[in-house]
Amino acid sequence: MVAFTDLTVADAREGLAKKEFSSRELTEAHIAAVEAARDLNAFILETPERALADASASDARRARGEAGAFEGIPVAIKDLFCTEGVNTTAGSHILDGFKPPYESTVSANLRGHGAVMLGKTNLDEFAMGSSNETSYYGPVKNPWRRKGDNRPLVPGGSSGGSSSAVSARLCLAATGTDTGGSIRQPAAFCGIVGMKPTYGRCSRWGTVAFASSLDQAGPMTRSVRDAAIMLGAMAGFDPKDSTSADRPLPDFEAVLGKGVAGMKIGIPREYRIGGTDPEILALWDQGIKWLEEAGAEAVEVSLPLTKYALPVYYIIAPAEASSNLARYDGMRYGLRVEGENPIATYEKTRAAGFGAEVRRRIMIGAYVLSAGYYDAYYIKAQKVRKLIADEFCAAFEKVDAILTPTAPTAAFAHGEKSGDLIAMYLNDVLTVPASLAGLPAISVPAGLSSDGLPLGLHLIANAFDEETLFRAAEALEMAANFTARPGDLTA
Amino acid sequence: MPVDKSTVIRIAQLARIQVPEEELDGLAEELSNILGWVEQLNEVDTEGVAPMSSVIEGMELRPREDKVTDGDCRDAVLSNAPATRDGFFVVPKVIE
Repeated sequence: MVAFTDLTVADAREGLAKKEFSSRELTEAHIAAVEAARDLNAFILETPERALADASASDARRARGEAGAFEGIPVAIKDLFCTEGVNTTAGSHILDGFKPPYESTVSANLRGHGAVMLGKTNLDEFAMGSSNETSYYGPVKNPWRRKGDNRPLVPGGSSGGSSSAVSARLCLAATGTDTGGSIRQPAAFCGIVGMKPTYGRCSRWGTVAFASSLDQAGPMTRSVRDAAIMLGAMAGFDPKDSTSADRPLPDFEAVLGKGVAGMKIGIPREYRIGGTDPEILALWDQGIKWLEEAGAEAVEVSLPLTKYALPVYYIIAPAEASSNLARYDGMRYGLRVEGENPIATYEKTRAAGFGAEVRRRIMIGAYVLSAGYYDAYYIKAQKVRKLIADEFCAAFEKVDAILTPTAPTAAFAHGEKSGDLIAMYLNDVLTVPASLAGLPAISVPAGLSSDGLPLGLHLIANAFDEETLFRAAEALEMAANFTARPGDLTA
Repeated sequence: MPVDKSTVIRIAQLARIQVPEEELDGLAEELSNILGWVEQLNEVDTEGVAPMSSVIEGMELRPREDKVTDGDCRDAVLSNAPATRDGFFVVPKVIE
């Protein structure tokens, strides 16, 4: 039979249900895979003892006939989710030694459905980055390599540990969080599926905050079906998050197999952004053909403000971050560097505890919120954000979903873009607009570049219409038939 | 350049982050580049547009029932503190 680590979540669910194997066996195989792949630096913390205890408890529940929707499935948790009694770092020095006395709603939901936790995955510090190079715990490697070139590549970010771990078969699925593309871009870079639900679908409670009007948790998996299964086990109304959507949770998996016949797929011409790899543009054209062959109709749509989404994001996200990260003052938890007075203690603690990118974004945020600049930068950005959201609303009067590439390039090498901030920010140029509008979006692995790296296609749907999103994503997945895996090309 | 050295010092104070003298010039340049780049938003006509602070427009924030839902967890609250004494956080002396 297929190796335990090559199973999809859906396969594993079936094998567990038929008692072909136990969660304990499945979990042991993944613990071994995690240990064998430490060179990737995908995990900040491995929790093998916890995983085995979870697995045994899961097997016992199953024996009693109490299996949940994610029963016995070994997952990795991005280290931005607070996990009760298990160190949570957000990839930052400033949270040294922090053991949350509570569990985030998303990870609690997964646990409640029976998930087994293998450990906490690496990420850009406070989820600020697109290459996982800003983590205090060191960069993560992408399991993929360019053909004939053994230099390690970045896994994307900020959910780079999660994308690397899912791609390298260290877990069946992982949680991610997405503020401007932090699930979808690393999914594209590592050849997996990454899905950001509608803002409000997944509770933000207990997830370390970056930019609260944008942050959303979502699944990172190796198939669209797995993403639908996992979202169902993560999402749901939570009274502890004031922006959690109080609406029923659909059975996301039930829509799979319905196809896209008659669906209208919008193709926004403004996403043909200069600097996008021609191979990616060609893959996009291929994606349009695939969906047409599956019975959808491609319709050109116009989203003229697309190019302003990234500058809007780089005002709003740092502004919210500067406010959210004010709590790290060395008084109640985490690192403290003593100064001669309280203010000096704050200043020294924050200088030592935050890395360069986080310090930079906090300072940008403090600037755009400061007296005299608030209207010119922050309010202006909020107004353009409104216009961008309105453009999407108008587009969704005509189409059911929108197809674009996920990222303008394939994965790059460590250090290749870290010298140029704006070049690094441009990684998210195609994912940020949907984030600003709060819309659900998904990246599906759709092909390989000429040098053998995975490329993703990106679908966006209307708010709370994840069902259409999953249907279109599944059609794309079936047509692309992406079976390549890391290591195949360089082995 | 929108951000000069003295502005960096002012922002760093607002953000409560100590910045060593030798990093001020580099930061001034980086912040200027980013702010110069975001200023392209001035090309967009936003006359009469209401600023969007939440994508969940029209949703009222839910008031919760006025009852105690938490508490009696002093030790858990203090468990991560860098310094505690007698059930309190210990912080640097605030009043001389």
